[in-house]
Amino acid sequence: MYDAGKILIGLIIFLAFATFPFYSNMGKAVAKPDPKLDTPVIQQMKVKQCVESKEFMRAEHMQLLNNWRDAALRRGERLYKGSDGRITEISFQNQCLRCHSNKKKFCDECHSYAAVKPYCWDCHIAPKEANNEH
Amino acid sequence: MSISRRDFLKLAGISSLGIGFSATDLLWKNRAEAIEYMSSPKGLTAKRWAMVVDLRKFKTEEDYNRVIDICHRIHNVPDFGNLKDEVKWIWTDTFEHVFPFQKNEYLPEGVQEKKAVLFCNHCDNPPCVRVCPTKATFKRKDGIVAQDYHRCIGCRFCMAACPFGSRSFNWRDPRPFIKRLNPKFPTRTKGVVEKCNFCVERLAEGLKPACVEVSNGALTFGDLSDPNSEVRKILSTNYSIRKAELGTRPSVFYIIGGDEDA
Ligand code: SF4
Ligand code: SF4
Repeated sequence: MYDAGKILIGLIIFLAFATFPFYSNMGKAVAKPDPKLDTPVIQQMKVKQCVESKEFMRAEHMQLLNNWRDAALRRGERLYKGSDGRITEISFQNQCLRCHSNKKKFCDECHSYAAVKPYCWDCHIAPKEANNEH
Repeated sequence: MSISRRDFLKLAGISSLGIGFSATDLLWKNRAEAIEYMSSPKGLTAKRWAMVVDLRKFKTEEDYNRVIDICHRIHNVPDFGNLKDEVKWIWTDTFEHVFPFQKNEYLPEGVQEKKAVLFCNHCDNPPCVRVCPTKATFKRKDGIVAQDYHRCIGCRFCMAACPFGSRSFNWRDPRPFIKRLNPKFPTRTKGVVEKCNFCVERLAEGLKPACVEVSNGALTFGDLSDPNSEVRKILSTNYSIRKAELGTRPSVFYIIGGDEDA
């Protein structure tokens, strides 16, 4: 092999860079996201239940929000009858965030962990929180 | 056992079908039958919403400012403080600019000096809808030309297509330029177009548009397709004009002169 030495050095440098994210985080346990439900509105609820089951909301809230947006905005249908028959007004800012008024401890908790940056907050106004600018 | 490339591709194709039936699909299916979307029973409905602007009833500067301020305040419309960046849902212009074909020097005194109030005409044949490549701008069943800001890519085709200048572009982040945020309504973001929405969010709650409410009868809102509606009554007893020259069939009508029937 020609220039085996140079190639090997090059490979080692490449591997060092490519694997950097892995070994630099090795052994460091990142705290698991722990979204909080302790807002005043939720605490006052007798049955602490979102519009759908916890499992559904956890996995599918983004799709549900898209469907809500299209129903309200395009079809003018602003009421949602969930699978348990309860009817909710469709409004991200005025309904979802009324209960989940703790963006930092609810939304951001998982979004930051999963490194997703949903653009909701570019337009929708987050509820005022103590030590929360937006 | 060896597997030919061809067989492998077949197998891969078939198994990719299975991805469609994943666990999350089950989550949706189990609830899909039960769920339902509905319009609110308290909402106001119409076949074609329309507005009548009675310019005779706009007498003082305050009459104009009142309707403009309420709209821009509740809809979080920014004020950049310069004409270049201006964002507006409702505004005024001179008679001559608004009705260029109606101008003539023998009109009664006061008519041509009067400013007109303008907003999106919610055209029945809206060119802005036709050109929007993402269907961000669309016409609702009740005639309102609405806009889904989530989908707007900021191409500004609609601004070029609208002959009335009803649309504004957010060249900058509007948030810092909104004096008092209305926490009940979203803002827009940099890079999207915005305009008057005939207060769809209020109609859904059974309320008339905000400008109508504060106009002291100078603005009337109603169903153009209903012969008994308030707008039709006004239009059948007063001579009105609209900006119809370009064939977009506006839903905004103007009464500019004649006796006030109050
Ligand atoms: S006035 Fe302009 S923005 Fe409004 S519907 Fe007509 S063409 Fe579209
Ligand atoms: S600027 Fe937005 S609303 Fe206007 S045509 Fe382009 S995508 Fe549609």
